[in-house]
Amino acid sequence: MLITRKVEFSSSHACYNSALPEEENRRLYGESANPHGHGHNFVAEITLEGGPDPVTGMVYDLKDLKKVLNDEIVEPYDHRFLNYETPPFDKVIPTAENIVRDIWRRLRPHFAGPAVRLRSVRLYETDDLFVDYFGEEAE
Amino acid sequence: MRVTRRYRFAASHRLHSPRLSEEKNRETYGKCNNPHGHGHDYVLEISVRGPVDESTGLAVNLESLDRLVGRAVLDDFRYSNMNTRIAAFAETVPTTENVALEIRRRLAGRWTEHFSSGSPRLEKIRLYETRKNIIEVVGT
Repeated sequence: MLITRKVEFSSSHACYNSALPEEENRRLYGESANPHGHGHNFVAEITLEGGPDPVTGMVYDLKDLKKVLNDEIVEPYDHRFLNYETPPFDKVIPTAENIVRDIWRRLRPHFAGPAVRLRSVRLYETDDLFVDYFGEEAE
Repeated sequence: MRVTRRYRFAASHRLHSPRLSEEKNRETYGKCNNPHGHGHDYVLEISVRGPVDESTGLAVNLESLDRLVGRAVLDDFRYSNMNTRIAAFAETVPTTENVALEIRRRLAGRWTEHFSSGSPRLEKIRLYETRKNIIEVVGT
């Protein structure tokens, strides 16, 4: 059984590699290369896989899930300029691809038990652009 | 990593097969068989899959994807009457199924022109005719 919870955060980012010439940055990232950044209302959908506990009927306690998502995603990401405030994006370019990987890395240890596992993270940068991540092994 | 990009186009069509009788066409396609056609705001989701390039942080260059989808699909489909504008539908009925297959054929045909390394690959296409009618085609 899969259970998905959605979490939103508003952040700014700049997709810009200072080692590359201006023109190359433009070619790779388009308007996102503006070094002063721009923002999105990101939406992450976190999907867990497991069976309902025979006693509680829950795959995972949603109160606990809400807290994990708040601590691991909302706290470090919401209303931040990711390049300056949210490691590893001082060193890694905060493309949607790299953000979804970072979210996965932050969440994975919480769902490592035998009863429930992190199945996928879908990150919407906008309604019209989203990435799905299934972990390092599935890259 | 899978990256999905959504595009939109407005187009009209009429579902009518020359291989079926008038009566059978009406029975098969219902309102969609009305003689002058009708339109939809189609939503097209293109999903590509590939590894993240560690130097750029990208699995796909979206500028390239936009250019490919624009040239291979949207330039022809946008604001078109598909039955008359799109050569593939001179004989074939532009059902959502066939439109999705035609879009996949067009993308696959020009893929390496825009992604010369072959990465990412086209994983699937989802075409929404309306919010309720969705066709998904997986693979190339």
